[in-house]
Amino acid sequence: MNLRIKASYIEIAFPFVASVLMILGASTVFPEFLSATYLLQQLQIAAFLGVIALGATVVILLGHIDLSVPWALGGAAIISTTLVGTDHAVLTVLAVPAALLFGAFVGIINGIGVAWFRIPSMVWTLAVNSMLLGVAVLNTGGFNPKGAASNLMITLATGQIARVPVAFIVWIALAIAMMLFLKRGGFGRYLSSIGYNEKATYLAGVSTSGVIFIAFMIAGTCSALGGVLLAGYANQAYQSMGDPYLMPTIAAVVIGGTSILGGKGSLVGTIGGVTFITLLSSILSVMQISEAWRNIIFGCIIIVMLLLQTFKHRRS
Amino acid sequence: MLDVFKRYRRECIAFFVLFALLSLYIATHPRGASTYVMTIWANQCLILALAAIAQFFVVVVRGIDLSVGAVMALTNCAASYLLNGSGFELVYGSFMVIALGTACGLINGLIVVFGRIQPIIVTLATGSIFTGLALLLRPTPGGSINYDFADAMTLDIVGIPTAVWIALLIILLFWFPLRQSGMGRSIYAIGSSEQAAFQSGISVNTVRIIAFALGGTFAGLAGSYFSYVTATGDAGIAANFTLNSIAAVVLGGVALSGGVGTLIGALLGACILKTISSLMFFSGLPPLAQPLIEGLVLATAIAIGSFGILTEKNRLRVFD
Repeated sequence: MNLRIKASYIEIAFPFVASVLMILGASTVFPEFLSATYLLQQLQIAAFLGVIALGATVVILLGHIDLSVPWALGGAAIISTTLVGTDHAVLTVLAVPAALLFGAFVGIINGIGVAWFRIPSMVWTLAVNSMLLGVAVLNTGGFNPKGAASNLMITLATGQIARVPVAFIVWIALAIAMMLFLKRGGFGRYLSSIGYNEKATYLAGVSTSGVIFIAFMIAGTCSALGGVLLAGYANQAYQSMGDPYLMPTIAAVVIGGTSILGGKGSLVGTIGGVTFITLLSSILSVMQISEAWRNIIFGCIIIVMLLLQTFKHRRS
Repeated sequence: MLDVFKRYRRECIAFFVLFALLSLYIATHPRGASTYVMTIWANQCLILALAAIAQFFVVVVRGIDLSVGAVMALTNCAASYLLNGSGFELVYGSFMVIALGTACGLINGLIVVFGRIQPIIVTLATGSIFTGLALLLRPTPGGSINYDFADAMTLDIVGIPTAVWIALLIILLFWFPLRQSGMGRSIYAIGSSEQAAFQSGISVNTVRIIAFALGGTFAGLAGSYFSYVTATGDAGIAANFTLNSIAAVVLGGVALSGGVGTLIGALLGACILKTISSLMFFSGLPPLAQPLIEGLVLATAIAIGSFGILTEKNRLRVFD
């Protein structure tokens, strides 16, 4: 038992150590990578991917996957900026809660398909994503929606407290809140036991469909929060703003040591995975590597990281 | 006859759905069932059908291939260099393009089997690599395909679209023999129960690698056929085809949990998906509402297959 805990500590530390090594290695070419300004800026950028990945971790722990991230994110951004764009005081205040509620609603639709109809989450969430796209196109006419970000959204995304980005604080605060929720309420145990064996969990008296619903609602809300932050960062919502976040989210969660089959993983690991992915893509673009080579290097490094992980497993 | 219906219930349903959709399409199309209309329809369907078959081989051994679109993009870009000659060059080029696809699938399979990493994440990463390579070949869309060759592949033979002939050839000369062979049976055995397959003396690793390589071959064929239709190389086609190929195999009755479904089902599923979008185009619906209707139809089609679960009396059966 003791040994297992130690092994999992190493696992969680793995993406963090890899991030540090990568940034040290890159700083031998560009010393600016070690400046506080650069690193704090990266934490801000990482926060956008970070909040989405926290939600994705919860779903992946179940052994499911949420491919509706792009338009849960995009929809939330469109709703919040449109509400602010009305210049109505009450609607402006309601912008962020409305966007988050929208995310939870997307989670409920996902839950209906996955928990009640037992449709593979990979297909159902994909279908939900294309329906959301359809609704967005119908409402915005395919153009970038008019609207603006409220002061609250801008502060959340770009503000700083003693040089520390507010977005980073939001990310970490959300992570801590979710950890407490998972650990204290027993919810986390339900998640991973469903990931291991749903039938046994059901026989043990757990309302498995309820757990699946809540997990997808958390994921949807997290994606929506990501959308609100991104809308605040860009001061607008735009079509397909969520597309570049789908695959990196999955990669970050898996590099963070969460098994894609469910049952095993941690939120702390995901934070490490997000840090790694964000630093990697930032370093590659700062070094002015062409998009083609960025894709190639990105793919190779993810494979190497995963090979290292499984290699460790086999030794222990 | 009834036995065939029972055994291939999913394929039969998919076939009738496709038949109904296609009739509706021909009825609404201003030019009716001319060879021209059918050829364009069949060409579009065959591209996605080949991608879906690529997905099918991986899904049936309990994998999922997120690099199908990327392999298509890579082979499409390679084809735009290799297929603009004539005579022997075309034969050599076609062969090389398909070999390239197979190599991509082989790489996926080798990493999945020997690296012991989940297929979904391996193909996510290799997909990124293949897209990168495609971008190296064609940073911007361009290149060309020999027109006579492309025409021969995308027009019709005795009034029936070449695409339909190709699909029939794949089914009759490739799928039926494969299904009866030891290899075909092994693929299904691994998908149903890896352990049982192993204990029956099947070389699980080899068969799985071959299944991935076959997936790569068909992704290469899909990329080639895409090149014949568009006559150009474009590195940016990946994302759409990957996700649509997954939706297509599910519509065609292939279970994502492995071991269930046929190549014909995947093919039918792809045709259904394409026919729905073609229908939208001529339906007279407001263009802005079309993506929503398309999404709704897709979701309903997927959900209908699962209605049985709601009437299941034994709650435990639900988890199987």
